[in-house]
Amino acid sequence: MKTGAWIGHSAVDAMRYSVLQILKEGLTGNRGWKPVWREPEPKRRYDVIVVGGGGHGLATAYYLATVHGLTDVAVLEKGWLGSGNVGRNTTIVRSNYLLPGNEPFYELSMKLWEGLEQEFNYNAMVSQRGIVNLYHSDAQRDAAARRANAMILAGADGVLLDREALEKKCPYLDYDNERFPIKGGLWQPRGGTVRHDAVAWGYARGADRRGVDLIQNCEVTGFDIRNGVCHGVETPRGTIGADRVAVCVAGSSGKVMGYAGLRLPIESHVLQAFVTEGLKPAIPGVITYGAGHFYVSQSDKGGLVFGGDIDGYNSYAQRGNLPTLEDVCEGGMALMPMIGRARVLRIWGGLVDMSMDGSPFIDRTPVEGLLFNGGWNYGGFKATPASGYCYAHLIATGEPHPVATEMRLDRFERGGAIDEKGVGAQPNLH
Amino acid sequence: MIIDHPLLGPRDAQEFVILGDASLIDRPDWQAEDAAQQFHDYQHLRDNPAGEHRELWFHEQGDRSWLVVTRSTLTHEVLKVELARDVAIARGRNR
Repeated sequence: MKTGAWIGHSAVDAMRYSVLQILKEGLTGNRGWKPVWREPEPKRRYDVIVVGGGGHGLATAYYLATVHGLTDVAVLEKGWLGSGNVGRNTTIVRSNYLLPGNEPFYELSMKLWEGLEQEFNYNAMVSQRGIVNLYHSDAQRDAAARRANAMILAGADGVLLDREALEKKCPYLDYDNERFPIKGGLWQPRGGTVRHDAVAWGYARGADRRGVDLIQNCEVTGFDIRNGVCHGVETPRGTIGADRVAVCVAGSSGKVMGYAGLRLPIESHVLQAFVTEGLKPAIPGVITYGAGHFYVSQSDKGGLVFGGDIDGYNSYAQRGNLPTLEDVCEGGMALMPMIGRARVLRIWGGLVDMSMDGSPFIDRTPVEGLLFNGGWNYGGFKATPASGYCYAHLIATGEPHPVATEMRLDRFERGGAIDEKGVGAQPNLH
Repeated sequence: MIIDHPLLGPRDAQEFVILGDASLIDRPDWQAEDAAQQFHDYQHLRDNPAGEHRELWFHEQGDRSWLVVTRSTLTHEVLKVELARDVAIARGRNR
């Protein structure tokens, strides 16, 4: 998919990475590499300020510059670029959603992932090794078939695997488990993993090259709102004016939008992830075991990367508690008993915006000039390209992108919830 | 997390399930003029503070009482625990 004209600017072209450049630098002691982005001082005013220098914020700035030609843009980041969830997730990409409000959006994201490295000239290690969602009963098989059909209708790929086909890919699963015998799975061959930090760096580099100011260590502490119109943001480095302020701080959305006096259909929760020591290749792609609240993939270094449910209580602490660790590991043992031989090396937690229906928001707000992107629940990483692409579209044109028309803040008032799981307004169940 | 139950003493949070913000006690009046708007806000909008948070916990694997736990969302420290019944009565509910 072509997402925008490459700006044929000599400074941009001169900085393109290539095999030739790697060879040249390799032979001359790697002394010729330049910093990948500038560290500018904030100007007094911009056309657009993006609040949040994570994956989604940087992608937004990148597509504002490349697709819409808006380069008078600043990205304000409280810490360092990519210091939030883009560096704390389990790197999975997929487009295996069911509902029409979601699936076309995630499929756009998948298509953008597929062209991403060529587009921004950066190695993001997009690895489409496939993802399987296991099913355990006739009813679940029917639901998986329905989901596969919904995916295919939206232009994605989905294959129903029976037990025999699955056993060829993953012989070590506990197929005859007493409680959840594995009958097969819904396989999406184009799913997989992406090197998460490189996504942030690639978008940052691409945005910076086109003139976007990436301003780190610059926390937004308030908005300059007069008569219902947002004119800029307050930071410890002074007030910075802007025609449009686009907030993109999932995890901390409640806190930041609170500065504008807005209450959101969102709670902040903690989601934990786990990595084992490096092992020989064993897991072909991503395996998700919904019934046991467990999923696992294997990183390029060989570590098993796994996780499960959110802890369930509101949290801004970026760390979780041990009962969830125990629960996730029990799920792992039930699915693939061999995992008991692996040792967990690292555990961490990230803040997630849990919304009231488990689906995100890309929308205007009641404050003119203030836009909002958030509510990504436990699955924001896979959405990064489409989130930035659609948010940039909304910022630049004032209209939602066709695949993101349902991701509105007022959808609960209109009865338009996008509830994939059908559990209602109970964020810790999504 | 340890929740200091007013009747049972300190109990592991694993024995409980959490429902969410304690404002869920204040169910709107269904006969009010703007009841639909009030119920939307009650059901879907949250303060979601980074700091002190009052929330409803249910002692599912214990005495099955509802508690209002005041907890810091920044540190997970439990600051205060009350019986939800006492809180509801203090706010003018009949039970």
